[in-house]
Amino acid sequence: MGTTNKALEKKINKKISKSVTSDFQIGDNFCIDIKELDSIFTALKEKSFDLIGPTVKEQTIAFDQIESVKDLPEGYTDEQSPGIYRVKKTDSKTLFNFTTGSNSLKKYLYPPHHTLWTASRNKGNFTVKENIPNLKPLAIIGLRACDLKAMFVQDRVLTQGEYKDSYYQLRRNSLFIVAVNCSRSVSTCFCTSMGSGPSVTNDFDLALTELITNTTHKFRLEVGSDKGLDVVKNLKFKAATNKELNDAKEVIKKTTNSITRQLDLHHLDVILKGSHDHKIWDEIGKECLNCGNCTMACPTCFCHTLEDTTDLTGSTAQRTRRWDSCFTIEFSYLHGGSVRTSSGARYRHWMTHKLATWIEQFDMSGCVGCGRCITWCPVGIDITEVAQTLRQTVLDEAHAVAWEEI
Amino acid sequence: METTIEHNCEQVVNNNHTMTPTIYRVEKNRRDTHDTFTLHLSPEDQPLETVYEPGQFNMLYAFGVGEVPISISGDTTEWPKLVHTIRAVGSVTNALQSLATGDSIGVRGPYGKPWPVEATKGKDIILVAGGIGLAPLRPAIYQILHNRESYGKVILLYGSRRPLDILFRKELEKWRSRLDMFVDVTVDSSDRNWNGNVGVVPRLIDTANFDPIDTAAFVCGPEVMMRFTAMALNKRGVSSDNIYVSLERNMKCGVGLCGHCQMSNQFICKDGPVYTYSQVRETVLIREI
Repeated sequence: MGTTNKALEKKINKKISKSVTSDFQIGDNFCIDIKELDSIFTALKEKSFDLIGPTVKEQTIAFDQIESVKDLPEGYTDEQSPGIYRVKKTDSKTLFNFTTGSNSLKKYLYPPHHTLWTASRNKGNFTVKENIPNLKPLAIIGLRACDLKAMFVQDRVLTQGEYKDSYYQLRRNSLFIVAVNCSRSVSTCFCTSMGSGPSVTNDFDLALTELITNTTHKFRLEVGSDKGLDVVKNLKFKAATNKELNDAKEVIKKTTNSITRQLDLHHLDVILKGSHDHKIWDEIGKECLNCGNCTMACPTCFCHTLEDTTDLTGSTAQRTRRWDSCFTIEFSYLHGGSVRTSSGARYRHWMTHKLATWIEQFDMSGCVGCGRCITWCPVGIDITEVAQTLRQTVLDEAHAVAWEEI
Repeated sequence: METTIEHNCEQVVNNNHTMTPTIYRVEKNRRDTHDTFTLHLSPEDQPLETVYEPGQFNMLYAFGVGEVPISISGDTTEWPKLVHTIRAVGSVTNALQSLATGDSIGVRGPYGKPWPVEATKGKDIILVAGGIGLAPLRPAIYQILHNRESYGKVILLYGSRRPLDILFRKELEKWRSRLDMFVDVTVDSSDRNWNGNVGVVPRLIDTANFDPIDTAAFVCGPEVMMRFTAMALNKRGVSSDNIYVSLERNMKCGVGLCGHCQMSNQFICKDGPVYTYSQVRETVLIREI
């Protein structure tokens, strides 16, 4: 009896609060068309956001500044496999029918080059002035679930430790996220193994699912935060029907089922930490070009270096933070030589960090399964394949020991 | 795209503090050996916010040239003054060597975990240093001698390559003249004027007089020297949990964000550089870790 009353009370309260305040709340779903999508963009611009979205750029789909839906890659799709990336134009009207591009959100929250301070000298003395950038808030359009998870990982690394990255924090605080659920996958995707996709579940302000048939082109729009609510509340969107919600679910289901690449995480950290003498590192060392593409494309890699420069007169100097890669020989340089001189040791360091030591440091994996390190590796080194080889070695050895014992 | 503007963004200012040097002034730049010098610094305006402890390091910035991690080698009771002992081996350390009295220097820090000088009170203390490794240990020696009654036996064993490389020679002689401290020095290779010990520093451990069960050892020097020292201490019965070593890696940011000093799951700059030998024994043996 008591519970029924409570449930009833809750229902009534909900109705009252709905009718009194606003018709919308977090978790609401709408169905919008392209025009209405554009009205969201306009509303964001009116709130002085710079829009960043996927665009076709140098034959890839990459994040860049956009103004309206017209700038989105209509009809474009992508093909990715180890070492291979291709964009293709189709006749379709889709706006988000591709997966991860060559760059991620990292470029905006944690820029590749960033001047920290400048110093000016007067004879033997100098003063230092911090560079406080004048930042306009960013709205990121079309962020994928894996990249959203990557942001969550970078949040942990850069803002929740003993020391914090202030630039990142500033960018992050003012960020508006319009995520998109993936309607397709490519062969390098393995977000399902990493529990990061293909659909977004939290940490977004608005989320889209593209619904396209021969005759209709709509988007399911989900509100994920107060910020998101604030943007859509005056836009008078139609609530999504059950059919539209089901269609969106089907899109995600279809994408989930299309992902075949897997990374078996079971005891993988233990396997990696116990495999530092494995011959595979030497084999990879021979293939790897040490180009650092994987670390540049990776949405969670955070290593950087600090560079000091002066102007020609020697009176002003500045310090710049620049992305660095653990694949360079200078990275571990100590007077007398580098710690990791062989290419194989550098790959081992990177992979062991991503999938094992990162977990010990930050209580989460450093990999989100976006597959960029596989796609953008010029020789197609595949982290999931290396992990499987290491696992197989451990299994084979255990098997051999078991036989000996019999 | 980015402009330097004056508007006050409190958050940025607060957090970026870790990346912006504080200006100190060179009070004295004293030559120690043919390649090593000691800088005595005092804050120009505001000192570093945190009081430093023995074993910690600062990032020292030479205008326009760059920044290097250097251990604090002075007495911590002299805060906010700073003392750093540096070997001139690269472009930044050479630039630092040419600084004159009154010149500015940028300082960030103090960073890293210190020697457990407080936590080891009541024990015998054996300090083993190799080469310039004596510099990071000197603040610990000062602190121990300030509270001499709180410790058991205090032993300092020091090894350098050649007699002319011996660091803080006058101070070593002063300490050696004390009756409440045992000091011994050895060199790897001698010259005609040297009448002292010849041989590597771990050898001095075999004959040193301490209670292995109740001893804390602070070891600082090249990685291979620390390994053999720890082995010699183990052989005498000192547990690896009571042996502290200070590791060295390429440090750029000092705050665990740049990744350069990473060794296994450790950022040496913030999780170290001081570790118990049992924490790092296995790891340092892995090739190219």
